[in-house]
Amino acid sequence: MDLITMDDLTNEEAISLLDNAERLLPIARGDAYLPLLKGKVLANLFFENSTRTRLSFETSMKRLGGEVLNLSEAGSSVKKGETLYDTMQMINGYADVAVIRHPRQGAAQYAADSVQIPVMNAGDGAGNHPTQTLLDLFTIRQGQGKIEGLNVVMVGDLRYGRTAHSLSHALSRFGASLTLVSPEPLKMPSEIVRDLKSSGCHVEESEDLLPAISSADVVYMTRIQRERFPDEAEYEKVAGIYTLNAEDLRSVQSDMMVMHPLPRVNEIHPSIDATSHAWYFKQAFNGVPTRMALLCRSLGIDIPEAIE
Amino acid sequence: MSEMRRVSAICNGTVIDHIPSGSAVQVMRMLHIDGSHSNPISLVMNVPSSKVGSKDVLKIEDRELSQEELDRLALIAPSASIAIIRNYGVAEKRQIELGSELVNIARCSFFNCITQNLNEPLPHRLRVVTRDPLEIRCAYCGRSQSVSEIIDSLI
Repeated sequence: MDLITMDDLTNEEAISLLDNAERLLPIARGDAYLPLLKGKVLANLFFENSTRTRLSFETSMKRLGGEVLNLSEAGSSVKKGETLYDTMQMINGYADVAVIRHPRQGAAQYAADSVQIPVMNAGDGAGNHPTQTLLDLFTIRQGQGKIEGLNVVMVGDLRYGRTAHSLSHALSRFGASLTLVSPEPLKMPSEIVRDLKSSGCHVEESEDLLPAISSADVVYMTRIQRERFPDEAEYEKVAGIYTLNAEDLRSVQSDMMVMHPLPRVNEIHPSIDATSHAWYFKQAFNGVPTRMALLCRSLGIDIPEAIE
Repeated sequence: MSEMRRVSAICNGTVIDHIPSGSAVQVMRMLHIDGSHSNPISLVMNVPSSKVGSKDVLKIEDRELSQEELDRLALIAPSASIAIIRNYGVAEKRQIELGSELVNIARCSFFNCITQNLNEPLPHRLRVVTRDPLEIRCAYCGRSQSVSEIIDSLI
């Protein structure tokens, strides 16, 4: 079963994946070992750089007893001009499931349409990043006890930020109120805002960060991504525009969560790290249990009720 | 055509009538009619019509357009009337229908879509998301495409 955008999951399926991820936590932490994916091979296809996504998929597979192939663009036939279609034909023969990150939008859907094995989208250009969304929802549920009806502020590069695109879609389906904070050139694409509103989501757009966070349940910071800018001068205009430090959090709700898909540049000052608002490192760990649950879903493997 | 007949009747082929005035050239592009075949083509533009005020008409001799070819016209000439002519008579009338997907009619116009790599072999697919208002998105990258962008990106 593929996972290309959050549209591939119903709300019930998303919740059931979070429940499965919860049950897999002892394995994710290394406290238990259950080789549910023994004999299975994952192809990690990273045509664009990644640290957390690639490593967490790899550790997820290994902790469940499976094996991993890693392909990166450097040192592969892609550099010689091989099409994505041809690369996928090869992978179809070598692996049971594939995870793909690619600089071009639509690449994950294209890869999935090229082969029979299940494909998961780990980021396609400025498109979608649904496995990140699952781990974000998992983290939000840990911090807030629920994912329904929350007041979420999304900050930074909402135009090119695929993480923000996928997460806002998902949150809108769970009745969130969204405040989208970005500089004018990095506003959320209008078709996404239209989709959010048509699903009944309350959406506000703003350029000011601090007024937006006082009543927030979650503040989701994102990096302004240099690599997505066609023009360096445009990047310089908006780089470093939104930052949060511990001082800024004085009047926020006590259980407000600061999240970030990482890597951060200067969006979140290290003074926040030691506060109870800091969730970004837990969030990065949560990639493991959620991606375990997703790998099991893709390969049709049931997860036992109790894992010790 | 009850008005003065500007082009003589054809023996066999396809007549596309009631094309919106001025759109016949785009219709020809969409049907890949580019002069590379030897069958006669007659084109009249901006002729008076009792039904729609002013229209274009295209007559293609010795070629019966398939339903699939005709459905390509749904974006620019959805209300055109199609007659398949055999031995000077109307053998069949066909309707143009906008399907749920436009396959290999136009490429996605978004510069960073995976389909911009011309060597990639899978079909170009644009999905009709809603009909009223018309919204069409690339089936791969999900970007919305306006009708004018689609016409600029015809294959």
